Amino acid sequence: MATSTHRILQVLQNSQVQLLADWVKALRSSGTSRTSSAISDPELQAQCQEFIALFAGAIAAGNLDDLDAAAWKPALELLAGVSRSRGRQGFSPSETAMFVLSFKEPLVAHLRRSFEGKDESGLFAEFWELSKLIDRLALYTTEIHQTAREEVIRRQGEEMLELSTPVIQLWDGILALPIIGTLDSSRTQVVMEALLQQVVATRSPIAILDITGVPTVDTLTAQHLLKTVAATRLMGAECIISGIRPQIAQTIVHLGVELTGVITKASLADAFRIALEKLGHKIGTGARS
Amino acid sequence: MDRIPILKLGDTLLVTVQVDMHDQLAVRLLDDLTNMISKIRARGVLIDISALDMVDSFIGRMIGDIAATSRILDAQAVVVGMQPAVAITLVELGMSLPGVRTALDVDQGMELLRESRDP
Amino acid sequence: MSPAIPDPNRPPIRVEIAANEDVVVVRQRAREQSQRAGFSLLETTKLVTAASELARNTLEHGGGGSAEIEVVTDGIRRGIRMTFVDEGPGIPDLEAALRDGFTTGGGLGLGLGGSRRLVSEFHIESTVGRGTRVQVIRWK
Repeated sequence: MATSTHRILQVLQNSQVQLLADWVKALRSSGTSRTSSAISDPELQAQCQEFIALFAGAIAAGNLDDLDAAAWKPALELLAGVSRSRGRQGFSPSETAMFVLSFKEPLVAHLRRSFEGKDESGLFAEFWELSKLIDRLALYTTEIHQTAREEVIRRQGEEMLELSTPVIQLWDGILALPIIGTLDSSRTQVVMEALLQQVVATRSPIAILDITGVPTVDTLTAQHLLKTVAATRLMGAECIISGIRPQIAQTIVHLGVELTGVITKASLADAFRIALEKLGHKIGTGARS
Repeated sequence: MDRIPILKLGDTLLVTVQVDMHDQLAVRLLDDLTNMISKIRARGVLIDISALDMVDSFIGRMIGDIAATSRILDAQAVVVGMQPAVAITLVELGMSLPGVRTALDVDQGMELLRESRDP
Repeated sequence: MSPAIPDPNRPPIRVEIAANEDVVVVRQRAREQSQRAGFSLLETTKLVTAASELARNTLEHGGGGSAEIEVVTDGIRRGIRMTFVDEGPGIPDLEAALRDGFTTGGGLGLGLGGSRRLVSEFHIESTVGRGTRVQVIRWK
C-alpha cells in the first residue's frame, strides 16, 4: 500500500534520533541484568541505529509483507547477526526477540503522533501492518537464535565425544582407538567417523580398535563395530579388534554376529605386534647402550 | 560418446574416476577395461575413486564386476581412495564388496600390485 | 510419516527422469539442497545415494518419471523430502521388493531395501499397471 509505507517512512526519516533514543531506553528497561552486563551501551546503540537505517531502507522499497524480497536482506542479516550473538551469549529466545519487539512501542507512538490533527481513519490499518511486520521480524530472530543455540550444543557434544575417545597414532601407519565405557549407538557412529577421517588424514593402513574398556556389547553396537571394520576395509585400510573380554566374546557368538575375516587379538600389545609385522617391520633386540 | 580415460603404465592400467558417472558410463568403463586388459595383457588394474563423493549399488556392482573380470583375465584389480562417507554409506546399503582389493591411495595401491606379483 | 511442512522460502526442485543422465541431475540437486539445509557430509552422502537408487528405479523399472526434492520441517527439525513418481508397471509384491537381494525382472535388488536404511522415513505406494510412488524424508 503506497500511502502506508509513505507514512511510516516519514516517521522513520523525521524522528530517527528520537526513535533511537526511545528504543534503546525501552530495551534497557525491559532487559534483564544479563542484557546490561553482556552488551555495552555503545554496542546496543550501534545495533539499534543500524537496524533503524536498514529497516527504513527496506520499507522505502515499498514491501511490508514479503520478508523474502531482496530489499529486506540487509535488515535480516543484521538481525541474524544480533540473534546469533545473543544465542551464543546464552540469552533466552524471549530476550532475543525483545530486541525487535521493543521497537514496536516507540514506532507506534511516533506513528500515532504523526496522525494527530489529521485524518485518523488510516491509523489502525497502518498500525496493524506495522505490528504484523515487527512480529514476523521478531519470530525470525527467535528462529535464528534457536539454530545458533543448537549449533553450540551440538559442537560441545562433539567435543566431549572426541575428548573421550582420542585416536592415537601408535606408529607410522598404525592407529589405535581405545574405547572406554559403554558404546551407545550415536557415540559409536561419531567415534567411528572420527577414526575413518584419521585413517585418511594419516594414511594409516592399520587401525586397532581396543575394546578392553567396554563392559558390554549389544547387537547394535556389535553391528556398528562390524560396519566400521567393513568401511575401513573398503577405504583400503584394515581393522584389528583387540581386548575382547570373554563375556563379550560369548555375547557376540550368542547374538549370532559373524566375525569372519576380522582379526581379533586378546590385547592391544598383541594387536600392535601383528600390525608391525603386517607393515613389514621386525622387532629386534639391539645392544643396550 | 564420453568415456573415462584409461592410462597405461607398463603392464598396469590406471583409471581415475573424476566425474559423477551415470550408469552407461560405468558400463562403458567395464567394457573398455576388459578390452584393454586383454589387448595389452595387463597384470594390474588400479582404479582411483578418491574424487567420487558417491557410490551407489550400481556403481558398487560395476566395481565388483571389474575386479571379477580382471581376475578371470589374470590381472589383479585394486580400488583406491574411497572416501569415508562413501564407505560408510556403501556398508549401510549392504555392499561390502568382498571380492575387491582396496588400498588407501595410488602409492599404496601400486605397492599392493607389486607385492601380489612378486611375493 | 511425521507431519512435514515445506519450507516456504525454498520452492521444491523438480527433475524429469527420462534418461541415464537425469539420474546424475537428481544426485546433484539432492546434494545442493542437502548442503544448503546444513546437512553434514555423511548425511549428504547418504541422501544423495538414496536419491540415486530411487531415481534409477524410476527410470529402469518405472520407464521414466519425475523426482521432487524439497526442504521441509516438522516444527523443530529440518529435513529433505524426496518424492519419486512413475507410471510404470508397478511392483506386485512390495514386501518382497523391500527385502535385500530381491530383484524385479533384471533390476537391482539392493535399490529399495538398501535406500530405506539411508533415510529416516520411507513410504511407498504401488499399483500394478498404474505406477509407483516413493517418498522419503531424511531429518537432520
